[in-house]
Amino acid sequence: MIDYSKEFEAIAKAYEASGGNPDDLFDKKTASLVVSHHKILFQNSIPGVNIDGEEIQNGVKARIVIEPETVVKDPVHLCFGVIPEEGIQEIVSEFEIGEGAKVNFIAHCSFPNAIKLKHIMDSKIHVNKNAEMNYVETHFHGKDGGIEVLPVTKAVVEEGGRLRSEFKLIKGAVGKLDLDYEGKLEKDALCEFDTKVYGKGDDKVLVKESLFLNGENSRGLAKSRIVATGRCVAEVLGEAVGNAPNARGHVDCVEIIKGKDARVSAVPKLLVVDDGAKLTHEAAIGSVDKKQVETLMARGLDEDEAVDVVVKGMLR
Amino acid sequence: MLSLSNIELKINGKKILHDLNLEVRKGEIHSILGANGTGKSTLASVIMGLNGYQVTGGRILFDGEDITNFPVYERARRGITLGWQEPARFEGLTVGEYLKISKRFSGDGFLSVRECLLKVGLSPELYLARAVDGTLSGGERKRIELASVLAMKPKLAILDEPDSGIDSLSIDHIVDVIKTFSRTGSAVLLITHHEEVAAIADRASSLCDGTVVKTGEPLAVAKFFRNHCEECPHVNQPAEEVIGND
Repeated sequence: MIDYSKEFEAIAKAYEASGGNPDDLFDKKTASLVVSHHKILFQNSIPGVNIDGEEIQNGVKARIVIEPETVVKDPVHLCFGVIPEEGIQEIVSEFEIGEGAKVNFIAHCSFPNAIKLKHIMDSKIHVNKNAEMNYVETHFHGKDGGIEVLPVTKAVVEEGGRLRSEFKLIKGAVGKLDLDYEGKLEKDALCEFDTKVYGKGDDKVLVKESLFLNGENSRGLAKSRIVATGRCVAEVLGEAVGNAPNARGHVDCVEIIKGKDARVSAVPKLLVVDDGAKLTHEAAIGSVDKKQVETLMARGLDEDEAVDVVVKGMLR
Repeated sequence: MLSLSNIELKINGKKILHDLNLEVRKGEIHSILGANGTGKSTLASVIMGLNGYQVTGGRILFDGEDITNFPVYERARRGITLGWQEPARFEGLTVGEYLKISKRFSGDGFLSVRECLLKVGLSPELYLARAVDGTLSGGERKRIELASVLAMKPKLAILDEPDSGIDSLSIDHIVDVIKTFSRTGSAVLLITHHEEVAAIADRASSLCDGTVVKTGEPLAVAKFFRNHCEECPHVNQPAEEVIGND
């Protein structure tokens, strides 16, 4: 039986509330890193997965290395949380995915009591040749929205490598989100960024996803799904640069607005440098699709219920 | 059960439907025949009460209740539903979840979600977990729409061209599904271009220039349609073009 300290217990509870299973965090067979504010509560490496965390002034610096050709059976669990109402948490992380390795990460970020809090995520990802990394980060915020979330990711995906990264912030108030993800792709590499945010109250949401398709046959997708309600202001910048023959990039943005005071905008930027590259974008911003709502109303749901079903599906 | 009397629909001053009278009896299959642009899909939208299709004249009675001004969901809760000609796609919503929404209104004593899928010729194992999104073909989506309507066990199912976009080999299957509605106690208002599909009905009506011009035995109405309507100059501007699709 694990002997939780109070902090341990609080972070585990927050993790559970955000949809995770606390037992996964402390299972010795699973690689994991648990950080509360600027303290490492628990870290566990397993064969082929080395997690090296170090406490710094306002947070934690972590280097996570997956050894070449390692196929990691269970997801690596990362848990970052702050229980107090105020403070700064800075997570500086470096992911090194060795050649031919395959790994899934499940990250939970929990800030249930935030009043004046700043959460900075500064990540560098290096996906080596023919390696595969899937990363899902889910946020759980309290209702007050007194938080700034500043995730920055710079990723390099080498030849034949694959990176899929999903960011979800749909529970609780967003506060202020300024997300900036960048992927640089080499030959035959693939990179997908998928951001889902449910903005409420006075939330401010800025999402920037950039893809640099530098290698021949590289493939990139910058996808975002944003719902803005209340007085939320949301802006999405989707960028793709085609620098190589047969590179393909797609920017896909859907933003739904509910209420008269919310504002959404989308700015796609496509730049073709190599004449063999092809980039596309689609953006749909505005109210919920009328036909979707009426279809569900024709099954007996009232308008609010129907909109809820559409929105929840989109943000899933 | 459903009675439309002197229905008029004007959109932007343009008459789309006028002097339209129609009765659908309890449990019957009632076909609607008509050339493109004569108002068939508009009629379906009017009965369902979709936004932009509120009648400008006449009355709609359902089981004796005046539902003319009811919103879509109130009509649905009284037992009317619609299977769209081109059904909506839903990102992130699985087929199982979509069908369960309908099941809320039919309850446990009726066909299960799995059985509804089997009725439309789709394997539950392959489809229940799939999303009702753009990864489904047009034919698959239409079958799922039929399953969704079936799962609701409506008193009246309005099926807008359930046979369009379906390969000819599968038409017989779709006809079987439509008969299933009838067997399970639902009346069906069946909008179709295919005379052979319309022929399965108990009664049929032909639409021309936004009004019903003939009602009767299906073969007789089909013959009337062939002789009078196929080259008829009375073609409306479809209401969807006047309203716009958003």
